[in-house]
Formats: sequence, C-alpha cells, structure tokens
Amino acid sequence: MSEKKLERVGVYVCHCGTNIAGTVDVEGLAKWSAEKLKHQGVVIARDYKFMCSSLGQELIEKDIKELGLTRVVVAACSPHLHEKTFRTAAKNAGLNPYLVELASIREQVSWVHTDKVIATEKAKAVVAGTVSRVIENVPLEDIKVPINPNTLVVGGGIAGIQAALEIANAGFHVYLVEREPSIGGHMAQFDKTFPTLDCSACILTPRMVEAGTHPNITLLTWSEVTNVSGYVGNFNVTIKKKARFVIEELCTGCGICEEKCPKKVIDEVFEAGLGYRKAVYTPFAQAVPRYPVMDKENCTYFLKGTCKACEKFCPTGAIDFTQQDEFINVEVGNIILTTGYDLFDARRVSNYGYGRLPNVFTSLEFERLSNAAGPTNGNIVLRDGKTTPKSVGIIHCVGSRDKNFNNYCSVICCMQGLKFAHLVHERTGATVYNFYIDMRTAYKAYDEFYQRVLEEGTLFVRGKVAEVTNAARYEREKGKLIIQVEDTLAGKQRRIPVDMVILSSGLQPRHDAKEVGKLFGISCSTDGWFTEKHPKLDPVATMTEGIFIAGCAQGPKDIPSSVAQGAAASARVLDKILQREVALEPIKASVDQELCSGCRICNGLCPFHAITFLEDRMVTEINPALCQGCGTCVAACPAGAIGGTGFSDEQIMAQIDGLLFRTLEPVEA
Amino acid sequence: MTEQFEPTIIGFTCNWCSYRAADLAGTARIKYAPNVRLIRMMCSGRLDPTFVLRALSSGADGVMITGCHPGECHYIEQNYKALRRYLLLKRVLKGLGIEPERVKLVWASAAEGVRFASETTLFVEEIRKLGPLNWGKYSEQLPVISEPVHEEVPA
Repeated sequence: MSEKKLERVGVYVCHCGTNIAGTVDVEGLAKWSAEKLKHQGVVIARDYKFMCSSLGQELIEKDIKELGLTRVVVAACSPHLHEKTFRTAAKNAGLNPYLVELASIREQVSWVHTDKVIATEKAKAVVAGTVSRVIENVPLEDIKVPINPNTLVVGGGIAGIQAALEIANAGFHVYLVEREPSIGGHMAQFDKTFPTLDCSACILTPRMVEAGTHPNITLLTWSEVTNVSGYVGNFNVTIKKKARFVIEELCTGCGICEEKCPKKVIDEVFEAGLGYRKAVYTPFAQAVPRYPVMDKENCTYFLKGTCKACEKFCPTGAIDFTQQDEFINVEVGNIILTTGYDLFDARRVSNYGYGRLPNVFTSLEFERLSNAAGPTNGNIVLRDGKTTPKSVGIIHCVGSRDKNFNNYCSVICCMQGLKFAHLVHERTGATVYNFYIDMRTAYKAYDEFYQRVLEEGTLFVRGKVAEVTNAARYEREKGKLIIQVEDTLAGKQRRIPVDMVILSSGLQPRHDAKEVGKLFGISCSTDGWFTEKHPKLDPVATMTEGIFIAGCAQGPKDIPSSVAQGAAASARVLDKILQREVALEPIKASVDQELCSGCRICNGLCPFHAITFLEDRMVTEINPALCQGCGTCVAACPAGAIGGTGFSDEQIMAQIDGLLFRTLEPVEA
Repeated sequence: MTEQFEPTIIGFTCNWCSYRAADLAGTARIKYAPNVRLIRMMCSGRLDPTFVLRALSSGADGVMITGCHPGECHYIEQNYKALRRYLLLKRVLKGLGIEPERVKLVWASAAEGVRFASETTLFVEEIRKLGPLNWGKYSEQLPVISEPVHEEVPA
C-alpha cells in the first residue's frame, strides 16, 4: 500500500464567510491537515474566505502549477454545489478534473453542529477521509458518444404533439407513437378549456393535422413500444404496429365502412361509456389519421365468420382481414415519454355512489355530455337521456388529497369544477353547488375565472362531502340525490338535494406506468408518476440520459403546463442533437476479464441491461454506455473482478480509514 | 463511567437521496448528533458488505446505511439489493458475535432532511446504549484486514 509514490495533495479550507468559520476552526483545520496528513502527501494546506470566488480558484490553480499538485481537496460545501466549479478550475490548471474532491464541512458539519470543538474534530475526520480517498482517485475522461438525430415521442396527447412538432419544425425526424387509433389524447375528449373557454377541438385539431401531415413526423398510431435497447444517442426501439385490418395506403378515410358496419359497441374509451361506436371505427370526427381501426373482439366476421359488410362496400378495397401485427425497428437518439394519465376510478369512493346511483357522473363523462360532438349533442341531461337537471352538485378532490386514495393534489380539478359550473349554469340555468376542500386557482387568469363563476351565482360549500345518497329523509329530498356535507364555514352539517352529481375525479398515473418506466429504464415516484431528474431545475429530464418526460406522465398538470413541458423536453432533445455527441460522466463499472470467473452473479443485477455474458469466453462484459454507474455489480462480484470508476473499492476503503483517523500515523513510524 | 460514551459511526449515503437529505438538513440548519461521518456512494446498491466490516473493524461503533425509499431508487431497484445484503449482513454479524443492531438501514429521500437528522440522532443514541465495540482496538494488534475478502475465490 505504501510502496506507491506519494501524491502531492493540496488541501483548501473554505471559511464560506462565517458559514463554516463560525463553527469550525478553519485555520486550525488547515494547520492540522498540513501536519497530520503530511505523510500522506499533503504538501500545502490553506484556508481562505471564499474558495469558490475567482480569487480562491486562482489560488488553487496557482498551487497546482507552482507546487505541482497531483490531487486537490477542497473542504467547503456539498459537492452538489461546487464540485463542478473546482473541477473546472483544476482542468484550467492542467490537472485532470476527477483528481479533485470536495469535503463537505458546511452542510455536514458547520450547519448541523453547534459545539466548535466537536465540529472541528468532525471536520478533521471528513478532511482526513477525503484526502485518503482522493489519493486513490484515478484520472478519468468524459465518455463521448455520437447522437442519432432521430427522436421517438411516446404518447400523442397535447404534450407529445407539441414536443414532436417543435423537433420536426427544427428539421429533425420524429417517430410519434400512439396506443389509440388517433392522436389527441384526453384533450380531444374535452368540450371547453379553462379559463378562456376555448373550444378544445378547435385549438387542438390544427395541431393534430399538422403533426399528421408533417414531412418530418412518422405517425404510428394503434402502436406500442415493445422493446428498448441501447443508450443515449443510440437507442434501438421496437414498435408493435397492431393490425388495423385496413390498408393505410389504400384507405381514403371516407367512412363508408363505419357507416355500413352493423355492429354497435359501447365506446368505453373516447365516449367514456356514454356513447356507441361501430366495430370498425375512427374514434371521433377529427381523428388523425383518418384511417379506421377494426375492433377484432367485436367484429362479426371475426366472431362468426360472416358479414364482411365493410369489405363489400369499401370503394378502394382497403379492408384486409388477414393483416397481422407488424414489428418496426427504429433507431433514435433521444426519447420523450408523454404517456399521460388515467382518470381516478370514482367507483373506489363507494360513498359517492358512482356506478350505483345513475345520476352520478365522472368528470370525463360530463366532458362528453357537454361536448357538442358527444353522445347527447351537447345537451346536459340525466342518465335517462332527456331530463335536464334543475340542480347540480360538483364534488371536488375525488380521490385526491385523500389519505385513503391519493395524497397529492390533482391540480386541474378546481378549475375543471369551475368550468363545469359555468357550463351547467349557462346551458341549463340549473342551481350549481361546488363542494371543495380548498379552492386552488393559481396561474394566469384562473382566479379571475373563479370570480366570474362566483358572480354567475354558483354556490360554494367548503367541506369534504361525506356521502351521496338517494335515501330521502324529507319530502323535498324524494327522487333526488342528497349530498351530505359538513359546511366548515357555517360550522354545521348540511343535506343538499340535487338532480345530478359530477365527481371531479383526480388524475392518476397510467395503470401500466411502472412497466413502461421499466421498459425505458426510468423510475416512478411512490405515487407512480415518472421521476424527473430534479423537481425544480430539471423537470423534464430523467435519471436515464436521453430519456425525457413531459405532460401528465410526470405529474398532474393542466394543458398550458403540459404544452410548456412538451416544448421544454423538445428543447432539451434539440440541444442534444445539435451537440452531435454527448459527454457521459465516467462513473462506470467495468469487468477485468482476467479475474472474472464467469459465475454470472452480477448478470441479473443490472436494471439497465448493461451486463452481458459472453458465452464463448465464459466471462461477463459491461457496456459502458449503458452502465449508469450505480455500482451494485461492483459490490456483488465475489472475485473482485468488477471495478467502479469514481467510487472504487480502494477509494471507499481509504475513505473509511481516513474518517476513522487510521491514516494519521505514518506507516513507517 | 462518568463521561458519556461518544460513539463513532460511519454513514453510507446514496448520492441521489440520503446525501441530498443530509445537504438539506444542512441548508435548513437542522441540528443532529455529530457522531456520524458520511461516505457518498452513487447508490445504496454499491454497498459492499465488506465496507461495513472494514468500518467496524477499524474503529467504528456502528454503521448507518441509507438509501432511497423502496420504489424510489434512482437506479430503479438497486436499493432492494442493498436491503437483501443488509439482511444477510446482519446474520453474519450475529455469527461473528457482534450485535446486529450496530448496523442500521434507513430510507431517506432527498426531501427528508428532518428525517435524516432525527434518524441519525436516534441511531447515535441506540449505539450509545450498546457501548463501544472495541473491535478496532483488537484489530490494531492483529494484522489489519486491508484487502476485501476477494482472495479466497479462484479467478
């Protein structure tokens, strides 16, 4: 261990004004380091008021050049703050940046302890540990990989459409994959959008058409991603294009097949169960692409072997009952996931009676009811299809902000509830009650909309609804739905009879978000939303390089935020494309194949598929571009054949010794 | 013993969650026991159980392992592997005659500075009750275990 030539280490203790110097004896610490760690190679130890200032950095740079330092320890703040600063300074002075380490004596010492003696003692241990560790550091070079300029966008809702269009408009190719027969997502189902009350279809359809006809966008609807391999800049993606039983090249989208199809099916997806579609169908009039899809489960021909009405009447011969699923391989450099959300299943809140009491509606059902292109042509009526309600109760926070279901706020429900209130009021003149816990109308022009709805005469009751029931106690409640609620402003229980109840259901992660996350190698939060790299400063990137997230897949949000995130993700992708190559942090595991015994213990440990076993040579290999550097395999290898750069066994063992002051006495004493 | 025993504890932290929780505790000026000295790793999955043995044999009285909450690992699922090793390690420690309670696994997300601080203080108290380990003192007289236990496995 001691045979190695001594490194020349410089230790720099930062005062950080009084942030560190107030609790740690910084001069003493520097002096101690110079004395006690001299045998380890510390040739200089200085303290300075602000090491991160340009003067402080110059001090280090000067020492590196003049004293020939080969390692630098900066005892200052957390590496997450200034590691880059000091590594860049070292680089400027000609020292490999990975030979610099920060010892966090601010976040870990001066800010969390009060006794100066104890704090200084701990700071000494932290510095001793870091010095021992930095000696074991090896020079590293950033890994550069080329970037394929194509991009994959998964999910054709408004966020995905926005992201795809931005990239396509910049001149790069995009594959836009959508699971449903048409792009448009949830936004296509809505009637009006808050707070401006724009018609949703009117603002969305032009974008859909643009995405569908853009020369730089390959639109793959009725398709799903089945496999992803590779790494940033070089992903290889397999997409399953489900059989439509319609030949896209021949289909003109005339709609005759849909008209002639004798089979009616309840449309659970687009019409939220309120309307019908045919077995061969386009989900809505403005669908992009126009080609219909045949629903194999319900098609009479597939069920009984006869019918083929669509084939007989198709003027271009575009129906093909023999079509098979097709698998397409594409190579892309970056991936944006805009997979959206599922609506919270209101049945789970059984005391609100959805599914049991016919006139309890979910928010999505109401969107379809109020939509002029919906099953009732925009007439707001009860489940019987004809009665206009005279009073309507809108319940907020259904499944959200509720310990029994989801803790989080679904963001959109307040404004959605207000929008519903306005629409009901405008179209039926009914009395409208809003039952809310807190009214959350942040963002531009939202609160003004709230004021407007208040002025229209909508009634607001602050309190969480206990129950919706049809069990009348009084004459006036007969035949009505009774909303039992504690009015927390009036301080009493109330029973409010209404004709119709709308549940402002929350948003929740896609039912298959976990599997999708696994497929793309990204993680989900405990709530199930995709985890961003940083909640504030990097909201659309993920921990996996080259995979970005936008829209509701990242968390509940409204249309403007989804659009903004879609655009933000595309900007991040364009940045990568234009750089042509990407530098990866060289924190990677690698196998010393001389030492590898081929036991394969590590093989099953990597969630990034970076580890492959070479059958011919009976050894394991790690793909550095796929490796994310977690080090799990390093820890697992019984032969010590896997090394991890940046966090090697030697570095960590040395740091343990240093932290425990085992390194203080000269080895040859 | 008139003077209170001050244990020395080594804490292993994950770069993405618990190390950031420690940073947050600092930024928020939350005070906690000064007995724990932290080592940053990229993931709790990086924790080679020999690190723990090395720490305990070199003078630490306890070892705190921290990582992301289950399901929140930044490397998807590697904290579960840390959990597996932790459970096995505790059995090994018992076999060696060391109280398994000297090693503790704590989940702390990047937002849980308060939790990090309180768990740290709590663990220090737990170790204080157990008393000094003294393994380090004996191992000083014996040949120091300087290499991880790799050698016995034929390459």
